Amino acid sequence: MSVSASSLPRALSALPAMARVGFAEAVAYRAEMLIWILSTSMPLVMMPLWLAVTRGGPVQGMSSSDVVAYFLATFIARQLTSCWVSWQINWEVRQGTLAMRLLRPIPPIFAFMVEHVTALPIRLVIAMPLTVTLLVVLAGDKLPHTLALWALTLLSLAGAWTLTFFVQVAIGALSLFLQSSIRVMDVWFAGYMVFSGYLIPLRMFPTWVRDVIDWLPFRYQIGVPVELMTSAHALPEALGLVARQWGFALLALTVAWLVWRRGVARFSAYGG
Amino acid sequence: MITVRDLAKHYRVHERAPGMANALRSLFHRKYKTVRAVDGVSFEIGAGERVGFLGPNGAGKTTTLKVLSGLLHPTGGEVRVDGHIPQTRERAFLEKITLVMGQKQQLIWDLPPAETFELNRAIYGVSPADFRETISELTTLLELEELVKKPTRELSLGERMKCELAAALVHRPRVLFLDEPTIGLDVSMQVVIRDFIKRYNERWNATLILTSHYMDDVAALCPRVIVIDKGKLSFDGSLTDLVQRIRPEKRVVLRFDRAVSASEVEMFGKVVERTELSATLQVAQDAVREAVSGALARLPVADLTVESPPLEEVMSELFARSRSEREASA
Repeated sequence: MSVSASSLPRALSALPAMARVGFAEAVAYRAEMLIWILSTSMPLVMMPLWLAVTRGGPVQGMSSSDVVAYFLATFIARQLTSCWVSWQINWEVRQGTLAMRLLRPIPPIFAFMVEHVTALPIRLVIAMPLTVTLLVVLAGDKLPHTLALWALTLLSLAGAWTLTFFVQVAIGALSLFLQSSIRVMDVWFAGYMVFSGYLIPLRMFPTWVRDVIDWLPFRYQIGVPVELMTSAHALPEALGLVARQWGFALLALTVAWLVWRRGVARFSAYGG
Repeated sequence: MITVRDLAKHYRVHERAPGMANALRSLFHRKYKTVRAVDGVSFEIGAGERVGFLGPNGAGKTTTLKVLSGLLHPTGGEVRVDGHIPQTRERAFLEKITLVMGQKQQLIWDLPPAETFELNRAIYGVSPADFRETISELTTLLELEELVKKPTRELSLGERMKCELAAALVHRPRVLFLDEPTIGLDVSMQVVIRDFIKRYNERWNATLILTSHYMDDVAALCPRVIVIDKGKLSFDGSLTDLVQRIRPEKRVVLRFDRAVSASEVEMFGKVVERTELSATLQVAQDAVREAVSGALARLPVADLTVESPPLEEVMSELFARSRSEREASA
């Protein structure tokens, strides 16, 4: 039995210690965390730009108050769903420190996952209070009105994080085949910037482009949770979107697992 | 405990000459060459043995260690460590081994080493009672008390290495793979690490494989050495036998009360080093007694010692011989 299958119970029992150490590490890196938050604040930059566009009246049905709600929600979703595991894997492969991770009797992907989840609380403490207050005060009427829609919003945030994490693991694990997979991540990130709703609300695109975007994973990384957070969909439609999102997450998990497994088998940091 | 049969690990490496034209050419037509990092190595190591892996840079020592610890999948051959096939990285296998690499660290950089110890305790499923006992023992032996609460980034290289060793031993592994564990450390710290490793081996009957460029590490720790050169095994036996085979001569080191000329000392052996007040002679083993008694009788000897040739010299001669044998066969 491989380490992945046989060591999951051990990994789960180690979870509290891993989470505690992960949190302590995130706190130790608080300056980097602050910079990270600033680097993910593009929605707050985009908001005044789109407000200027919508000053003359709604564009594609989007009013100024919709813009405020949308980009505050985007900022919140970005803080809750972003991770950097792709860069981390690339770094560890190049430095050879992935070896130390592979020697431990817990699945390495699980360890990465715990490290990234435990970095969330400190980010929430730093970034959330002001943004959430602004969202409630300035656009409270746009928030979901039913418990079911709130539940789906939370589920879609979890789905967005899961999808993002496994996409990044898959791309990061490509560095076990290529000299570096950072460029692949750059290409993915370019697609994310344009087609996820991060910088441009998706309703601004022509219908045929939106039809294509529906079948790409980017929208499910941030657009869907933002749309749900701003009550853009009724319950049946929201259910369908979340189901599709988790389908993409499952697909990303499968691809990540396959690439990782094959990559680790050919891990070849020879010499020192 | 460890069985290796015809182990091979080959890498396919992209090769190109420097320059813009070659860079462009390599976009369309890539040349690869196969590096035979390990090529048909076989050996067996029993439980509790301490074995030194020796070889020049790029000989295949670290690659062999990485295969044994399950990090690399071999291209060919068979490897068993305590009944496990390393590359399957079963949990039971990973719980029995540890790999310490002098140039890589597992300590979390911005947190005190105590956090990594605790993390390893949880990951390896060590009971709190065993953990307390192990940590207390490691803390005493390695004098870690003042170190474990400081952030790792604030520790010196030697302090970090002591903590690395402790982190690697929290789960009391039965097999230790040590890759240059004393690299960059000062002499006194090297001695501390060596003593500790030896004690651990004796206390837990742990099997130990060590690679090091410091011959003192090998001499102090490893009764048996395996020499690998260009991926092939060129010697497997005791350190004494290796020295005997490569440099059977002894060194007679003399210090004099007054100045002595070269012609006066040359008659007792080959002069390796000489000043007016000292001389080092290389003497065949069966002629040592005669050389020593002759020197004592005819020279103003203040001090005399008989030594084996330095291991560094033995190794460099061994590698030089391997190179010339290869060139001759090519």
